[in-house]
Amino acid sequence: MSSPRTFALVGNPNTGKTTLFNALTGLRQKVANYPGVTVEKKTGTGRNRHGEAFTVIDLPGAYSLDAKSPDEEVTRAVLHGERADTPQPDAVICLVDAGNLERHLYLATQVMELGLPVIVVVNKTDAAEARGITIATQKLTERLGVPVVPMQANERVGMEALQVALSAEPVKANWKPVEGDTAARYVAIGELLEGAVARSDEERLTPSDRWDRVLVHPVLGWLVLLGILGGLFFTLFSLAGIPMDLIEGAFGWLGGQVEARMAPGDLRALITEGIIGGVGGVVIFLPQILILFFFIGLMENTGYLARVSFMMDRLMAGVGLNGKAFVPLLSSYACAIPGIMATRTMESARDRLITTLIAPITSCSARLPVYVMLIALMLPVGTAGQKALVMLGLYVLSIIGVYAFAYVFNRTLARQEQTLFVLELPAYQRPSWREIGLQMYDRGKIFLRRAGTLILGLSIVLWALTTYPKSDSEDGSEQLAQSYAGKLGHAIEPVIEPLGYDWKMGIGLVASFAAREVFVSTMSIIYLGEEADDDSVRNRMANETRADGKPAYNVRTCLSLLVFYVFAMQCLSTVAVTRRETNSWRWAILQVVYLTGFAYLAALATYQISGFFV
Amino acid sequence: MNEPRHIGQLADGEEAQLGGMDLPEAAGDRLREMGLLPGATVRLIRRAPLGCPIEFELGGSRLALRRADAAQIFVR
Repeated sequence: MSSPRTFALVGNPNTGKTTLFNALTGLRQKVANYPGVTVEKKTGTGRNRHGEAFTVIDLPGAYSLDAKSPDEEVTRAVLHGERADTPQPDAVICLVDAGNLERHLYLATQVMELGLPVIVVVNKTDAAEARGITIATQKLTERLGVPVVPMQANERVGMEALQVALSAEPVKANWKPVEGDTAARYVAIGELLEGAVARSDEERLTPSDRWDRVLVHPVLGWLVLLGILGGLFFTLFSLAGIPMDLIEGAFGWLGGQVEARMAPGDLRALITEGIIGGVGGVVIFLPQILILFFFIGLMENTGYLARVSFMMDRLMAGVGLNGKAFVPLLSSYACAIPGIMATRTMESARDRLITTLIAPITSCSARLPVYVMLIALMLPVGTAGQKALVMLGLYVLSIIGVYAFAYVFNRTLARQEQTLFVLELPAYQRPSWREIGLQMYDRGKIFLRRAGTLILGLSIVLWALTTYPKSDSEDGSEQLAQSYAGKLGHAIEPVIEPLGYDWKMGIGLVASFAAREVFVSTMSIIYLGEEADDDSVRNRMANETRADGKPAYNVRTCLSLLVFYVFAMQCLSTVAVTRRETNSWRWAILQVVYLTGFAYLAALATYQISGFFV
Repeated sequence: MNEPRHIGQLADGEEAQLGGMDLPEAAGDRLREMGLLPGATVRLIRRAPLGCPIEFELGGSRLALRRADAAQIFVR
């Protein structure tokens, strides 16, 4: 049997490439990165009408084969057969938008000139017809000598005709290479389209225009955006709690089952605390990730995401970001992991990198338990209003941090690309639930597999650090004190002492390197010897004193700890995702170093300067 | 000689024929590939609620450009 035929899927961004890719391949797809670049490589398999398998490569969106970004360079190189990791395709499916054939054929005709057989898919014919544009695809088929298939990929209209084309022997287009510049190509395309595109001159207001009247309205637009974001955060912080509790319960049950069936010992502790606890700590974020990608998918799929970028661009421009960074950063306020994964909606690799680097400064939900605990310790007799004010201050500090570091990275990172900002505003369309579901499945799978494997390893290491060497003591706090983690706490005491921390807090900092909320559970082990409810730990911590008899958790120490937690990179899952998304350890390590380093300096400044006032 | 008008100065809904542009080469190339060629018709659709970027219609597509970039693209 010969190897399956390979089709490359090529088109401008926002043409519906991913939709068509999903329609052709379903769940039979593989997502990876092109080696050496931070560009996603998507391949999948489908079957033609004869039941023969074929491979589809979804190439990054491009406007031209004169590549101007790393994404476009991948598309160009694969089509030229220059990438060792990806064979040159046997044929190319050129996806073009019926609403603007001239511009989309710019790329398609360049592909034809490579000498590769092509199939032209004219997508979004419905939206074009709504604007009075009709296309005689039959004429184009005759002129080009290749299949030209009209489609509405999101409704799966035209799939049958495309399948017929995919099942036939691929042919090269009857297209004479254009000599000359950009304008010459547009002239040649104009000749090709002569008499094949009919436009009604009548001015008409499309449904999309009607939507825009509300959705980007100077007043209503903001209200709608606020409403959607409010709904998103409500879902993330309240509704997500239900499945998160279920997951927590399920892992707790699993741990209990193991404990009931195994003899006590290191192996049992490794399984329950290291493996089940570690994996459970990651899987618990899955509901939030799925919810976020549902909202992002919905916004992207309908075309609303582009309007959000349109409205927000001005606010992001000051620090060198653009409107497309808004949703990833906003998502990071729930959890930096889906936030960083959402940077894939941004075309510019440089903007993606900057957004990824600053995403962990956003005040994610894992910080909340730490904040709540420390604020209660800092203001033992404070009113709810005062406590809320401190909490608000922490959020403001994180927003300032996001903007400040965006500015710094924008100034320091090399510019490899043009700084031109072009935002396409595609016509609105009905959401495809199938499409959104596929994206959620895809992102959920990546999260569980990649972050999960690394996290599993690291949480075992962390478990070992807090468990060994064993002490004779039955008391958990003494055990922890003389474990490697405890020794580490003692070892770093001189370093963290100027920040106002003692070695016990040091253990908390070390342990919460894996995940911030671990601080709370570690503190309960340190001060109570075993798991206990939050309130009793808090009482115990409030009564904790230093050598001089003064409270250990005074206002200055608490403030310093809070500031530390605003900035410090204490989330192994995020490190793992940064590593994956940037395809390099370099940026992941830089992220840890700059954030933790800055957190140290900021906490130091907070503790020392507050000494003059308190 | 009068300063040439640029596309950022069009009124909402106003159409114009493109003239030249004064942008860095890569940016200019990209816009030309997208069809912003001399003689093409652009229409200003709307400004973003904060005044920037600006949405244009060109050859059936809607594109938003920042005010600073639009100010370097002139009309005939």
